[in-house]
Amino acid sequence: MASNGIKIAIVGGGLAGLAAAMRIAEAGHAVDLFSVVPVKRSHSVCAQGGINGAVNTKGEGDSTWEHFDDTVYGGDFLANQPPAKAMCEMAPSIIFLFDRMGVPFSRTKEGLLDFRRFGGTKHHRTAFAGASTGQQLLYALDEQVRRYEVAGKVRKFEHWEMMSLVLDDAQVCRGLVAMNLQTLELKAFPADAVIMATGGPGLIYGKSTNSMVCTGSAVSACYQQGAKYANGEFIQVHPTSIPGEDKLRLMSESARGEGGRVWVPRKPGDKRAPSSIPESERWYFLEEKFPAYGNLVPRDIATREIFQVCIEGKGVGGENQVYLDLTHIPAETLDRKLGAILEIYEMFVGDDPRHVPMRIFPGVHYSMGGLWVDFDQRTNIPGLLAAGECDYSIHGANRLGANSLVSCVYGGFVAAPAAITYAKNIERNGADGSRIYDQELRKQQEINDALVKQSGNENQYLLHQEMGKWMTDNVTVVRYNDKLKATDNKLLELMDRYKRISINDSNLWATMALPHARHLDNMLELARVITLGALNRNESRGAHYKPEFPERDDEHFLKTTIAEYSGEGPVISYEPVDSSLIPPRKRDYSKPKQEPKHDPAAARPVANV
Amino acid sequence: MSAHVDKTRANRVPPKSVEIHIRRRANPDSPPYWERFELPYRPNLNIISCLMEIQKNPVTMEGTPTTPPVWQANCLEQVCGICTMVINGRARQSCSALIDNLEQPIKLEPMQKFPNIRDLVVDRSQMFDHLKRVNAWIELDGTYDLGPGPRMDQEDVQERYAYSRCMTCGCCLEACPQYDEDNYIGPQAIAQVRLFNMHPSGESTRDQRLEGIMGEDGITNCGNAQNCIQACPMGIPLTRAIYEENRETVVHGLFGWLKK
Repeated sequence: MASNGIKIAIVGGGLAGLAAAMRIAEAGHAVDLFSVVPVKRSHSVCAQGGINGAVNTKGEGDSTWEHFDDTVYGGDFLANQPPAKAMCEMAPSIIFLFDRMGVPFSRTKEGLLDFRRFGGTKHHRTAFAGASTGQQLLYALDEQVRRYEVAGKVRKFEHWEMMSLVLDDAQVCRGLVAMNLQTLELKAFPADAVIMATGGPGLIYGKSTNSMVCTGSAVSACYQQGAKYANGEFIQVHPTSIPGEDKLRLMSESARGEGGRVWVPRKPGDKRAPSSIPESERWYFLEEKFPAYGNLVPRDIATREIFQVCIEGKGVGGENQVYLDLTHIPAETLDRKLGAILEIYEMFVGDDPRHVPMRIFPGVHYSMGGLWVDFDQRTNIPGLLAAGECDYSIHGANRLGANSLVSCVYGGFVAAPAAITYAKNIERNGADGSRIYDQELRKQQEINDALVKQSGNENQYLLHQEMGKWMTDNVTVVRYNDKLKATDNKLLELMDRYKRISINDSNLWATMALPHARHLDNMLELARVITLGALNRNESRGAHYKPEFPERDDEHFLKTTIAEYSGEGPVISYEPVDSSLIPPRKRDYSKPKQEPKHDPAAARPVANV
Repeated sequence: MSAHVDKTRANRVPPKSVEIHIRRRANPDSPPYWERFELPYRPNLNIISCLMEIQKNPVTMEGTPTTPPVWQANCLEQVCGICTMVINGRARQSCSALIDNLEQPIKLEPMQKFPNIRDLVVDRSQMFDHLKRVNAWIELDGTYDLGPGPRMDQEDVQERYAYSRCMTCGCCLEACPQYDEDNYIGPQAIAQVRLFNMHPSGESTRDQRLEGIMGEDGITNCGNAQNCIQACPMGIPLTRAIYEENRETVVHGLFGWLKK
């Protein structure tokens, strides 16, 4: 494995970042890996239900083409089709690789990988390790990357946060500036290419199912330095979360995949305990409205239905909650297949979901939008790539359950060789090299110094809370143009007030206050991208729903939204979607999906892929 | 992992406020001190939501403005392990520590077995170093497509799954009477040796892992206090791992040289 001194910087140590790191190190090149938390504590651990791949061990005639069709149909045809197809084709081999790494996937009686059903498909296509699949997959990659760390191929910079890219005069990415979160020291790190793998921006909504590190801050910094941001308005609100004071905890779709049923009492405000409400007096509204898919309709649809039921006052006890009921399934089966998520519910709510139906409500969960990338995960900035939730490819207007883990690994596996190829062919900076690093370092230091010095009457945490509330109220499940306009005005007001925040910590050693202030600034910029993208898209598609424009409008909006930064705010434009493989058709989950056209190339047995 | 739910709490009269005492430290070189905070009670609060509340407006119970206490949190679902601290004398995750189940005043302290960075934040990098030492991974031939892994029995998978849930939180080391100043490899790493030694492919590099837990600071330091298994928030059978690996190291110690 010859190395010609290539160094790739990877920002983010979740599934996508570690997948890329492993592949680059395996190819013999050096990796600098940056993460705000030890990589083993990344947000990927929160993924519960499983990872999709059409392995077809259940005799259902599943194929990678069928997976591809489900993904594109579920995403309401907004995804560029070639990368979605490539991901579905790679998916079985990704699952097998994790199997070889020792992930304790659940097994069948013959000792083969077991698969369960998830939303938006009729097939058992989801491999799972209990109900903590994300944790198990992340650990497997963490272990492999640690191997390369011991071998000296990977340097980890944990508790370091990327502040900005280092761009040369030709706007080519030459590395990044990061901040040590203990000392607040800023340092420039030269790299031949940078791969962003920082996950989603859920914290823009205040409370979401995302982890505390999911601010989207580093991605926003890239956007402000010229990276295009695509389809920002497509934010997935997960139908089933557990509302909490500090976050909305996810209740995995696997609960419905294993037979969980969503219902409310037929009589609004019915005060009886759920167990004493007879079947005939329960309204299984998803099963009634969508007989073909029932409780396993895609997330955007389930979310809107639950939201609507609650808005009409038909939620349990008249409140914003519906039942998610597992009590008809034997407790032993539940423990084996869903143990980890039932424990989360029990721990945080205090009821045992094996015996009492869970009370759930939709919560902001995932961003389909992200950094614009081409089919090799390259952004429009030469030398900058992106993979995982922070890029926009694959999921279109709505992501199917258990497609996120596979898309993270796919993105990392495509970005790694693309970054190496790019790095092999670039000319390095000459003697002039250090100037661009010094410049960027100075710029970032000035921002920090100014923040520390300024004193004003605004509280950054309250500003964050206010942004979260406005975004949650107006830029989630149901969107109205007047409210979107008002939200954008509010964001502008918050940006103005941001100039008057003060850092409320006089001790800067390991402070949380300065990093948060930097996040908030970046989150506000990205919040505008999301809001204005939504305002400009006058149709309804996937997760983006406007009652004023209730239909999908392919003529005007079968297009990717592109946001580019300018001093005056995001500049929105559109580019066509590559629908070259499957012609767009109407999504209708009340009926079985039409038989997809079978691609002969996809009919090969999976093991030979 | 078991849910620590007090079923009688519904019958209790809710308190008007929450009183929290925090053991603080400005930096590793300065002395620790205590500060007291009080905030209005709301139902369903956990430690993290209280710390978030204090962060917005850091004023002590006595009305003195202070610096915001520093803490770590990420997933808030007890699966990342980062928010571990000592709460009323017991090391646990602060996200899953519900105020309704805690005796007041609530005492928050940083973990004692790890270097204290500031306030409630400690440096647990030694635990990740242990994972390096015991080769806690499968030696893959390569990440290219070689088809599925070995067939496995669901029962074995379930045992491995239990070990595989370790989130490197450090509760076991904090509770272990033998572990101090990183003098002992500890239950966390030993359980990972078990995880990989049980795997059909992992078995081939079993000996390297065993050598990682032998020696002066190795597995024989276990004093069988069995605190670790009580402390583990994920319910990992740590004492079983120690028993099995102890047996393996003894056999390896006796007969390992025959292979050389």
